[in-house]
Amino acid sequence: MSEAELPAWSLPPEAASKIALQSSWPAAITRDWAYGDSTGAGAKVCILDSGVEPDHPKVGAVQSAVVVTAGDDGEPRIDEDTEGDVCGHGTACAGIVRALAPEAEIHSVRVLGPGYTGSGTILLAGLRHAIEQGYDIVNMSLSTTKKDHAAVLHELADSAYFQRTVLVASAHNMPVESYPWRFSSVISVGSHMEEDPMVLYYNPSPPVEFFARGVDVDVAWLDGETIRCTGNSFATPHVAGICALIRSKHPDLTPFELKSLLHLTARNVADRR
Amino acid sequence: MSGDLNAAVAAGVLGSEERFRALLRSVVEVARAIFAAKASSVLLLDEAASELVFEAVVGEGEEKLLGTRFPAGTGVAGWVLATRTPLVIEDVRRDPRFAKDVAEDTGYVPEGLMAVPLLHEERALGVLEVLDRKSKFTLEEMELLGLFAAQAAIALDLLQRAREAESALAGDGRLAVVARVAAALESREDEAGARLLAAVEEILR
Repeated sequence: MSEAELPAWSLPPEAASKIALQSSWPAAITRDWAYGDSTGAGAKVCILDSGVEPDHPKVGAVQSAVVVTAGDDGEPRIDEDTEGDVCGHGTACAGIVRALAPEAEIHSVRVLGPGYTGSGTILLAGLRHAIEQGYDIVNMSLSTTKKDHAAVLHELADSAYFQRTVLVASAHNMPVESYPWRFSSVISVGSHMEEDPMVLYYNPSPPVEFFARGVDVDVAWLDGETIRCTGNSFATPHVAGICALIRSKHPDLTPFELKSLLHLTARNVADRR
Repeated sequence: MSGDLNAAVAAGVLGSEERFRALLRSVVEVARAIFAAKASSVLLLDEAASELVFEAVVGEGEEKLLGTRFPAGTGVAGWVLATRTPLVIEDVRRDPRFAKDVAEDTGYVPEGLMAVPLLHEERALGVLEVLDRKSKFTLEEMELLGLFAAQAAIALDLLQRAREAESALAGDGRLAVVARVAAALESREDEAGARLLAAVEEILR
């Protein structure tokens, strides 16, 4: 179904047949239907973070890597990234996605670097770039507290949502206003304490919508290392990885449908039926 | 100018630096006690230099780390600051960068590290770190650390305000002139000083 065939703002009676969906959902959704046998092949996952170490044993090939910096004129600029990872965190997230979706493409957009303290401008430029590239999933294990940026971030999140780019963002577990995880157009993630990387819980009391594995996770780190970490920022790529599996198996799902599928296959929802 | 003056007054003006340092030190001491940790520290962001500075340290590495600086935006503390996101690492010794930098400075490399951003309103002021805690980590601990960080952020905000006020009072600006005049008048008890004060009050009326 191409964009042009879609009705714009209303649905005339004769157009109803045009929006027949390719994925007809069975009466009961199962995890097997959602992502069984999926390897993530064809899904493009962007890691918006500290960079990704190339050829880390837990990450493998990185399909593309760019870095966002402040240019001489103060405007953000985007260049090919040859530095890899300046912290280890981006590599950790990429490794988690790779473990869950071994054949997904990994793309790195680095929004951290020496001297960068999180003004938000670089983050916004990085997210805008990721959305323009049309990645299927953008993993955002980070947030900004700048209220000035909230409106722009909100617009970006909505434009991603409408063009089928799924933003997966870490929820903040501190008493502070931060973005973009609070927006309903993104999938927000907190941590549960279970060990199964595929287990998700749906939270019926948002803004945090899902809980995924985020405690004592063995993750990829700098220089080919593996270290054990905890935090919502590690729960987030678990959801991104599962989204990659689903997107790979059902490429035509919208972010809304994909989020619904996460809900329907969450342990506290699916396992009650 | 009146903002600086208010800040100066609110901060108790000169000499407050030491008191706020004591407050910060108390914050890291309590953090260390709550988590039964070997060490705890507060890193303050020096925005002009884009560097993180060890502003308060208790426990292992105390003498050597205090005042040490490194560039913001890289490493674990840099990531926590820039992303406003807390992080726990259980075996930080395996982080080659962390192990090298810290070992060279102090000879002590922790095993476990909890780092949380110190956020005050929209700003990230710095990072609170707790090293080598005794107990097993739980999600409740992370919540507790977040709550505690809010308190530490207030202390850090007060320290920064006091410093800004002090530098405004010590510089070449008009506020500094007013401060020097006020100090000079305060130390004089003669008739001329009293008359000048009365004249100034008259102008302000």
